[in-house]
Amino acid sequence: MNQEKTKSGGAVQTTGHAWDGDIQEFNNPLPTWWLWSFYATVVFAVVYWIFYPAWPVADSFTKGVMNTITFVDGEGNEKTTHWNTRSLLLKDLQEGKSAVLSREYTDKVAAASYSEILGDAEMMAFTRSMANGIFGDNCAPCHGTGGAGVMGLFPNLADDDWLWGGSVDAIETTIRDGRYGFMPAFRETFDDAQLDDIASYVLSLSGHKVDAAASARGRDIFQTDAGGCHYCHTSTGTGLKSQGAANLTDSVWTIVAVESAPDLAAKKALVKGVIANGVQRTMPHWSERLSPAQIKLLTVYVHELGGGQ
Amino acid sequence: MIKHESIETNAGLLVVLTLIVVSIGGLVEIVPLFYISDTVEEVEGVRPYTALELRGRDIYQREGCYLCHSQMIRPFRDEWLRYGHYSLAAESQYDHPFQWGSKRTGPDLARVGNKYSNEWHVAHLVNPRSVVPQSIMPNYQWLLENDLDYSDVQDRMRALKVTGVPYSETQQEYDSNVAEFGVDVADQLDILRAEENLMQQALANNYDGQHGRITEMDALVAYLQMLGTMVDFSKYDEGYFTDFR
Repeated sequence: MNQEKTKSGGAVQTTGHAWDGDIQEFNNPLPTWWLWSFYATVVFAVVYWIFYPAWPVADSFTKGVMNTITFVDGEGNEKTTHWNTRSLLLKDLQEGKSAVLSREYTDKVAAASYSEILGDAEMMAFTRSMANGIFGDNCAPCHGTGGAGVMGLFPNLADDDWLWGGSVDAIETTIRDGRYGFMPAFRETFDDAQLDDIASYVLSLSGHKVDAAASARGRDIFQTDAGGCHYCHTSTGTGLKSQGAANLTDSVWTIVAVESAPDLAAKKALVKGVIANGVQRTMPHWSERLSPAQIKLLTVYVHELGGGQ
Repeated sequence: MIKHESIETNAGLLVVLTLIVVSIGGLVEIVPLFYISDTVEEVEGVRPYTALELRGRDIYQREGCYLCHSQMIRPFRDEWLRYGHYSLAAESQYDHPFQWGSKRTGPDLARVGNKYSNEWHVAHLVNPRSVVPQSIMPNYQWLLENDLDYSDVQDRMRALKVTGVPYSETQQEYDSNVAEFGVDVADQLDILRAEENLMQQALANNYDGQHGRITEMDALVAYLQMLGTMVDFSKYDEGYFTDFR
């Protein structure tokens, strides 16, 4: 390309083009440092092509030379592949620094019984720290970061009241297999007055001063096949853990906030609503998403949250 | 030989040559993926969406969920631990367009299916802060109020069929779906039975918790609960997927 000095001190060149007779174009060369950086990236790219997967060739591609990753496959055999991010991840999960560090403890916890874990300060410290992350990623969206839950939807894990049992075994089953909390809706079985009576009786179980006649009528429904409530809630009202049936004799309510209702009429209306509409709550199963060791860590963590039984 | 000056003084030629130059990057990086044999993994279980899931996916796009949520778990340790198995190309083979997204203001959703209960999704979509106090996601309460319009679901399936999604209209197409996906899935992919299938799935599962109504919430939750659940990873040795890279 023609380049000629301009009149302005000779510092700036023009491209040599001239349009309409006298319109010229300055040619300001790129800074040297920039130009050489650019050449360096070109050289880097060529080196990269040699060592990493790069160019498509027919129905395959160049795999890169002298750059392989070796990991252990599911059958325990060593497998070597060309460089790729999937093999890199597997190797990282098997041999990475944090993987090796956490596996040392995870293996120890996985091999120990629950009573051994609960009695060992070091394993408990690991469990709290590891399970806190697992809980945050998987459980906290429903049960809250502190495990306090949401009234009516997701049970409180931070108290000492357990619908499905608070032993480590019960908690493990709940996490692994999930739960389906179900109570039938009775709005079409009983009329409004009958629902009132049952609600009165239910409130009497937890020591509320209710109308004795209404409570007696409610009792007849609760304790007989008319309502059949006693099958799950038991005749004393303490509830079958195997059915996830609520204990009606204490002051812990998980579906409606009875304790904080202003007066007896409001409490009765809340209980009546539950009897009329029933309960359907799902706890997902985690056996496919979490490993047995992760479920074990979570079990201990949840058990600790509620000062478990 | 074209001279520099003849390009600069000829706008049409400049445009054509510019297009050729800027398309080289795309051609080299994208086109080979269509004929490289390892691009899409061979896995069982991936199927096109049911009519209800498809309407849910439309609502997902209408509300712009993809602007804040990705559907692409990358093969990194931290993502593996938080979200689960990295996404496979096979898992979005019936996505037109794909919903990989490019930004995570909210979490990745590629494996959100079956992670939480339907009740959680409904409560969370109506008001995210009722279950996650620190959430900055907007409320989508109208999903529960709007009845789902599925009058045009057959046309939507026909449109996707043009792009290569194997929804069936003829007996022959149905039979080939039966061979590939089994009877249950093939029934769901039948365009002529789309409305019937959609109503049945929505009413049987009652995703939104409201009896007797099919709302936009039903469709969106059905879609979300399906995401990332099609491939059973317990069937595959983890090393298997490295053969496709």
